[in-house]
Amino acid sequence: MSSRSPIRLAADIGGTFTDIVLEHGDRLLTAKVLTTPRAPEMAVIDGTRVVLDDAGLAFADISVFLHGTTLATNAVIERKGARTALIATDGFRDVIEIADESRYDQYDVFIEKPKPLVPRELRFTVPERMDVEGKVRLQLDEDAVRSVARRLKDISIEAVAIAFLHSYVNPAHEIRAGEIVREECPGIAVTLSSEACPEAREYERTSTAVANAYVQPLIAGYLERLAKSFTAAGYRNEIHLMTSGGSLASLETARRFPVRLVESGPAGGAILAADIAMERGEKRILSFDMGGTTAKICLIEDGTPLKARTFEVDRASRFLKGSGLPLRIPVIEMVEIGAGGGSIARVDALKRVQVGPDSAGSEPGPASYGLGGTQPTVTDADVVLGKIDPARFAGGKIPIHADKAAAALDSDIGGPLGMSTLTAAYGVAEIVDENMANAARVHAVERGVAIAERTLIAFGGAAPLHAARLAEKLGIDRVIVPLGAGVGSAIGFLKAPAAYELVRSRYMLLDSLDAAATNALLGEMADEATGRARSAAGDRPLSTTRGAFMRYAGQGHEIHVVLPDRTIQSDDAAALRTTFEAEYRRLFERHIPNAAIEIMSWSVAVSTALPAQRRIPSATGGPAAPPSGTRLVYDAGLGAEVEALVYERDVLKAGTGIAGPAIVIEEGTSTLVSSSFELNVDGGGALVLTRKEAK
Amino acid sequence: MAERATGDIERQIQWNRLIAIVEEQAQVLLRTAFSPIVREAGDLSAGVFDTQGRMLAQAVTGTPGHVNSMAESVKHFIAHFGLESMKPGDAYITNDPWMGTGHLNDFVITTPCFHNGRLVALFSCTSHLIDIGGIGFGPDGTDVFMEGLYIPFLKLIEEGQVNETLIAMIKANTRLPVDTIGDTYSLAACNDVGCRRLTEMMTEFRLADLDDLGAYICDRSREAVLAEVAKLPKGSWTNTMVTDGYDSPIALTATVTVSDEGIHVDYTGTSPAAARGINVPHSYTTAYTVFGLACIVGSRIPNNAGSLAPLTVSAPEGTILNAPKPAPVCSRHVIGQMLPDVVFGCLRQAIPDRVPAEGTSCLWNLNVRGRVSGGAGGNYGFSMAVTSNGGTGARPHADGLSATAYPSGVKGTPVEIAEQITPLIFWRKEYRPDSGGAGRTRGGHGQIIEIESRIGEPFELLAAYDRIVHPARGRDGGQDGAPGSVSFKSGQKLKGKGFLMVPPDERLVVMTPGGGGIGDPRTRDAAAIERDAKAGLVSEEALRTTYRVGGDADGSRHR
Repeated sequence: MSSRSPIRLAADIGGTFTDIVLEHGDRLLTAKVLTTPRAPEMAVIDGTRVVLDDAGLAFADISVFLHGTTLATNAVIERKGARTALIATDGFRDVIEIADESRYDQYDVFIEKPKPLVPRELRFTVPERMDVEGKVRLQLDEDAVRSVARRLKDISIEAVAIAFLHSYVNPAHEIRAGEIVREECPGIAVTLSSEACPEAREYERTSTAVANAYVQPLIAGYLERLAKSFTAAGYRNEIHLMTSGGSLASLETARRFPVRLVESGPAGGAILAADIAMERGEKRILSFDMGGTTAKICLIEDGTPLKARTFEVDRASRFLKGSGLPLRIPVIEMVEIGAGGGSIARVDALKRVQVGPDSAGSEPGPASYGLGGTQPTVTDADVVLGKIDPARFAGGKIPIHADKAAAALDSDIGGPLGMSTLTAAYGVAEIVDENMANAARVHAVERGVAIAERTLIAFGGAAPLHAARLAEKLGIDRVIVPLGAGVGSAIGFLKAPAAYELVRSRYMLLDSLDAAATNALLGEMADEATGRARSAAGDRPLSTTRGAFMRYAGQGHEIHVVLPDRTIQSDDAAALRTTFEAEYRRLFERHIPNAAIEIMSWSVAVSTALPAQRRIPSATGGPAAPPSGTRLVYDAGLGAEVEALVYERDVLKAGTGIAGPAIVIEEGTSTLVSSSFELNVDGGGALVLTRKEAK
Repeated sequence: MAERATGDIERQIQWNRLIAIVEEQAQVLLRTAFSPIVREAGDLSAGVFDTQGRMLAQAVTGTPGHVNSMAESVKHFIAHFGLESMKPGDAYITNDPWMGTGHLNDFVITTPCFHNGRLVALFSCTSHLIDIGGIGFGPDGTDVFMEGLYIPFLKLIEEGQVNETLIAMIKANTRLPVDTIGDTYSLAACNDVGCRRLTEMMTEFRLADLDDLGAYICDRSREAVLAEVAKLPKGSWTNTMVTDGYDSPIALTATVTVSDEGIHVDYTGTSPAAARGINVPHSYTTAYTVFGLACIVGSRIPNNAGSLAPLTVSAPEGTILNAPKPAPVCSRHVIGQMLPDVVFGCLRQAIPDRVPAEGTSCLWNLNVRGRVSGGAGGNYGFSMAVTSNGGTGARPHADGLSATAYPSGVKGTPVEIAEQITPLIFWRKEYRPDSGGAGRTRGGHGQIIEIESRIGEPFELLAAYDRIVHPARGRDGGQDGAPGSVSFKSGQKLKGKGFLMVPPDERLVVMTPGGGGIGDPRTRDAAAIERDAKAGLVSEEALRTTYRVGGDADGSRHR
C-alpha cells in the first residue's frame, strides 16, 4: 500500500461486544461481534476478518493496529487477576487495607470496604527504610528479601508488587529487591511502586503498584497471544494500545504498565467525541457513551476532554466516591454508572423498579438474545418498546427473540407490580434514563458547569437508543450521533495521539528555584517519556509539554502550572509566581498574599500532534429520504405509543431532514428520534437531532 | 404517565444544585487548606444558610461534630451583626467554643452572599487549626483562657478590605502562623466560591431569593425524617456508658424518647463537668447526638434545618455535656464522639437489628509537637495531629471495620505526609491482631503505631485518648474490644490524657482499641474464623480459648 493512504485497524474489547473499525482511505468499515471472554483475541480476529472481507483486503494490508480493551478493568472488578503478593517495608503490611481509614458513606453504618487485591497472608514485609529525604535509615535486608522470594516461589505466586516507604524519592531499595526477586523467581511479574507511580502518599502508590502487578500476567499473556494470532494471520506491523489518558502506547509499555490500560475503551470514546465536536466547531460537549454494561459521561471543553490524575476502579455498587481502589495514573475524567443495554432490571423490597448496576454481559446476555438469559435487561425493554428491530440487531448477526424479552419483563417486573408488559418496559427504560441524567447533572455540577446548553454526542451500542430521552431530561436541545456510533470508542482510537505522560515528585521552594537541578530532572523525564512515546509514534514529530505542580508552602494539594518551553533560569521564579497566583485566583477566587510557594512534582507529556482538523459543514436541502417501513414505538416524553417511520442510515444523504418520531437503523445501533426532535444529516454523515421547540 | 416539568421537579433540581454548591465549597477548602488535619484528613465543614439562619444544605465532610454546631453558629452571627449592616465583600469570624463549634481550634467564617444587590444567603465554613496558642491542642487546660487565642465575633474582611489588625493578632498568637493565616484565607475563599456559584444558579433559574426553595427543602426533609421516625417503636430507653475521663471515670447517661413529634435525647444523670479540657459545649453535644440518630434513622435524608428539627437534645447545665464558659473544652471530641455509642445503647433496646456494638469512637490522633532541625518555614517548631483510628463495633450481620473512623469521618494521615511535616519517623503502622472483640460478628481491629524522633530531639505528645480503662463493650455474648494503650517501646506504660515527653532514642507505641463483638464467638461462621486465622488477625490462643476451635497437625481446624 502507498504511505499516503495507510489502512488502519482499531479494535475495542468491551464487556459485551468487541468493536472493529477499519479505516481505508475515506471509508470506515465496522463490525460488532460478541466478546469472547475466555480468549478475547478470538473475537478480535473474527471481527477483523469480517471487515477485511468487506473491504477485499488481507491482514498483510493493514499498516497499523490500534487496540483497547477492558480486560484490565474486568480482571480487577471480577478479581480474576494473577495470584499476587506484596513486599512492603517492615511494619507496613496493611497499607492497602488500612487505606485512608474513612468510610465512603458517612451515614451508613453497614458499608463494606473494598477488598484489597492482595489478602493479608500474601503481604510480606522486609527490614529496610528510606526517610523522607531519601536517606537510608535502615539498610535493605537482602537475605530477608531472598527468603520472601523463595516463599513466593513455594506458594506459586505469579506477580509481585514491591512498595517501600518514600521510594518515590529514592527507589534504590525497591530496585535491589526487584533484582533479588527476579533472580529467585524467574518468570514472576514484578512491579516497583517507584516505577508505576513515583509520587508521595503510600496508599495510592501501593494500590497502583498492586493493581499493575495483579493484571500484568493476564495482560502480558493476552497481548502475546494477540500478537501471535495477528502474525499468524499475516499482519506484519506494530500493535499500539489505547491508555486511560486518551493516548496510544507501545506494546512494550503496555506490558510493563498494564494498569494504564484501565478504561481505555471509554477514553477512546471521549477522544472521538472531542474530534466530532472540533470538526463541527462545537465548544461545550457532554459525551455520552452507553454500551452493554455501563454508561460513561464525560465533559469536553474546546476539544479537550477533562483530565484527572486519579481513577478509582471497582467502586461499590452505588458507584460512590471512595468506595473503589485508587489508581494514580493519567486519566480522562468521566463518571461511569452501571447502566447499559445488558443492565438487569428487578423490583426491590420497596416495590420500586431498579436497573443495574449488574449486567447480563455477553454470556448469557439479555433474555432476548435467546442464549439462556432469563432476567430482563434494558435491551429487552428497548425491544418491547419497539426501539429495536428484532431482525436487524447488530446488523442481523444477533437474532432477537421479542417473546423472550416480554416473558422476562412479565415475570420479573410486570407480574410483581401488576403492570402490562409495555408499562414494565417503559418503567425500566425510564429509570435507566433518569439514572444517567442524574449522574450527568451531578458530574457537571461537580465541575461547576451548566449542562443544558451543551451538545450531547452519543455513541456506543445503546446510546443512540437513549440519547433523545436523556436530552429531554437534561434540557439539552442538540444531539449528535456520529457515523459508526455503535463502535465509537474504536473510531476514537484512530484519532488518538501517541503519547506518554510522566509525573515525578521532587520538592523545591520557588524562592530558591534550582534551575540546574530542574533542567536535569526535566531532561531525564523528557528522555524517558520521549522514548516511550516514540515507540508508539514511529517517525511522526513529537512535542513536549512540561509543567510543575505548585502550591503555597504548607498546603496539601497542588495546581498544575505549565512551564515555558525552554531551559529554566533561576530568575523564572517571579514569572512562575505570577502564573501560579493567576491560576489560583481562577480556581479559588482569592490568592494568599506574600506566602511562600513550593513545587512538589513535575510533569512531562510527550505527544504527537493531533491530525489536522477538517471542518464539517452543516447541510440543508438534501433529498427527501425514503422510509423503509414503520414501527410502533413508545415515546416516553409523550407517554404514548406512536407510529415512527424507519430509515436506513446508509441511504441518508447530507442535508436530508426527517421529523421525529423516527428510527434510523444502521449496522451497530439504531437512533431513536423522539417526537420532540427533528433530524438533519450533516456534511460528515452525522445525525444531528435538534429540539423542535428550540427552533 | 407523561412527565411535565413541574415546579416540584424544578425545586428538586435546585435543591440538588444547592447540595452540589456546598460540596464544591468544601472541596475548595480541602484543596487550599494548609493544616494537614484539613487537607489530608478532611476535618472541615461547609454550608449555605438562608437569611433567617436556617441551614439549607451542608457538605457531607469529615466532621459530624460540625453538623448543627455550625448551623446554630450562623444564627449567632446574624444576631450579632444584624442583616441590615452586612455588605458585599464582608466576611465574619469567630472561634468562640459556645457560639461556634466547640473549641478554640475551630475558626468559623461566615460570608453574606448578595445577588443583584440583595442579601440572599450566608455561606459558612469551619476548619480545624492545629495550633491557636495557649497550652496547645491537648486536654490539660483548667479553663478556656489557657487554651489559646479567643476570637469574639469580628469582621475578618470589611467590604473587601482584610482586617490587618486581626490578622496580625492571630499571627502573633500561634506556633503555626503560616498554616493558621493560610487557612484563614482558605476559609474566606471557599465561601466566595460558594457565593459565586449560588448567584450563577439564581440567575439560571431566575430566582430573586431563596425563601420558597428554603421552605420546600426544610418541609420535605422534616416530613421525611418524621416518616422514618414513625416506623420506630414508641417509648423511652436509657443507657449509661462509663469512659476513662481525665483523672476519674465519667458516666454518660442518655434517655432516648421516640414520639410522634420526633426523637428527643436527654442526658440527665451524666457526670458533672471535668476540671480539665474534655468538657463539651452543648452545641457539640447536640451535633454528635443528632449524627448518631441520623445514622440509624433516615440516613439518606440530606442534612438541613428541616431534617435536624425533629431530633432534639437536652443536657443539664453543669454536666460535662453542657459545660458553661469558661470550662476548658479543647479536647471535647474525646467525650463528644462517644455520644453516638451512648445513643446506640438506647436504640439497641428497641431495634437491636439496626444498631452496631460499641466501637473505639473517639479519634486516636497522635497530637505531636516539638523542635525541628533547621528552619520551620515561618512556624515555631512543628505541631501536627496525625489522625488515626481504632476498630468500629461489630454490626448485627457483619464484622466491625478495622482502623476506621466512626463517628468522625476524618481520614487517616498518610505516613509519608506526616514525615514531610514532622521530624519523626514511623516504624510501624499496621493492624493489631486479636484486638477486635470476639463474637458471632467480630469488632473491627485497632492498629499498632510506633514513632520516634528522626533528628535525635525529644518531642511532645498531647495525649487525648479514651477506652484505655473502659473498652468498647461487646453485646449479646460478644466480647469487649481490646483496650487501647500508650507506652514506650522500652516498656513504660503511659497515661491516656495529657502532656507527655518522648525522649530521643525512645519509641512511642500507641495501640488503638478494637470494637466490641456481637453474639457468642462459638457461633461464629467457620469460614470467617478460618479467614481471620489465615490473615494472622486471630492468634492460635484465641482460636482455642475464645472460638473453641482446635487445630490438627495438618493445619486443619475443627470445633
